[in-house]
Amino acid sequence: MSKRTDSNLYTILFAIAMVLVVGTLLAFTASSLKGKIDENKRFEKQQNILYAMGVNNNDEKSIEFISTDIVEEEFNKYIKKQYVIEGTKATENPEAYLIDIKKEAALAKDPSYTRKLPLFIGEKDGEEFYIIPMRGKGLWDAVWGFIALDKDLVVKGVFFDHKGETPGLGANINQRFFMDDFTGEHIVDGTTFKGITISKSNADPKNDDKTDYEVDAIAGATITGDGVSAMIKKDLRMYMPYLQTLKN
Amino acid sequence: MAFKDSKLITDPLADNNPITIQVLGICSALAITAELEASIVMSIAVLFVLGVGNVVISLMRNIIPSKIRIIVQLIVVASLVIIVDQVLKAFAYELSKTLSVFVGLIITNCIIMGRFEAFALANGPWRSFLDGIGNSLGYAVILIIVGFFRELLGSGTLLGFPVLGDPIEKTGVYAFGYENNGFMLLAPMALITVGIIIWVQRTKNPALIED
Repeated sequence: MSKRTDSNLYTILFAIAMVLVVGTLLAFTASSLKGKIDENKRFEKQQNILYAMGVNNNDEKSIEFISTDIVEEEFNKYIKKQYVIEGTKATENPEAYLIDIKKEAALAKDPSYTRKLPLFIGEKDGEEFYIIPMRGKGLWDAVWGFIALDKDLVVKGVFFDHKGETPGLGANINQRFFMDDFTGEHIVDGTTFKGITISKSNADPKNDDKTDYEVDAIAGATITGDGVSAMIKKDLRMYMPYLQTLKN
Repeated sequence: MAFKDSKLITDPLADNNPITIQVLGICSALAITAELEASIVMSIAVLFVLGVGNVVISLMRNIIPSKIRIIVQLIVVASLVIIVDQVLKAFAYELSKTLSVFVGLIITNCIIMGRFEAFALANGPWRSFLDGIGNSLGYAVILIIVGFFRELLGSGTLLGFPVLGDPIEKTGVYAFGYENNGFMLLAPMALITVGIIIWVQRTKNPALIED
């Protein structure tokens, strides 16, 4: 005997009802949590920018951001100016950190569009930092980060993160042992832009040589490493004309 | 809890383990066990999704049309995962970032579909809940064992803390010429580790060996 639930009409009605119920439930969850999620993302960005310029609660080994309760306050304290660079001119914009560089990169594919490049100027212990956001591709998905430079264009700190790199391998780009290697590295040779290469053949695992434009790669994470190198070169290069004028 | 019900929790831990005996959820066990922390986080996420999902499917078992039951199961699991992800993003943002890489893997985890199909469609909500918890714990046991050995031998750390010394400064066991075994971090070694667990388990309990 066939059951009532086997008829075609019942199956179709069930499918429609299920889609409506699940759709409503998910839409309700997403819209009611959106505000909170956006706020978390904003705080995270502020924490990352501050982390790159060395404002964090790190001890010897750990990675501790400024707590979310005070991050907004600290951000306003340390980040003195925010600029949006369009072509050759830079305009001050106190909300430059909200610019979505992923969207900007997509819009810039249209040659008539002038890409907006956010630049943050931080100040800590009397020293000035230029902090630049970056975004690129890892092995599985996006990688992104911030790099803090001093006025001689020497790296003072970085922060990297990723969406879905392999745990234990590429996912380690957001670990101290990797990020700390960048501190002190040079990115320009005189006036020539060199960037930083994540090198597998680097004979300098302790990273004592700061002018080789190389840091040691993570074993087993070649493609993530190459993605991070490419990201640094591609995004920093766009800022070079402006940073060179600041340097001089 | 009746004896029969308690077996729903204890059986999957050993003699009816979802990974080593039912051969379910192998893919995620290989993919994420390079670190112990990732193994633990994944186990907790599966515990929640399978526990709740089994109850939902069990409650709906008499009204689900058999022709589209797999699609219904997929929708339930995908919706649960999306809701968990959104709630974590709103209220436990740090944890949600650690979890992000596993979310997709939970949807495709064979254990979840396997238990919906094999148990929840035929049993009541309470027993289905126990079955979900039991199988998730059985999954967790294997994940944590594999994650422990892969992280220890592959990176020389446990939960991120160096336990074997410093490989660059050559302290601890590295002073005796030990090197981290990078192969442990790659998927093939996870498969071999699971294989060794299966071998040990069947050697200790010959009743599990199939003819």
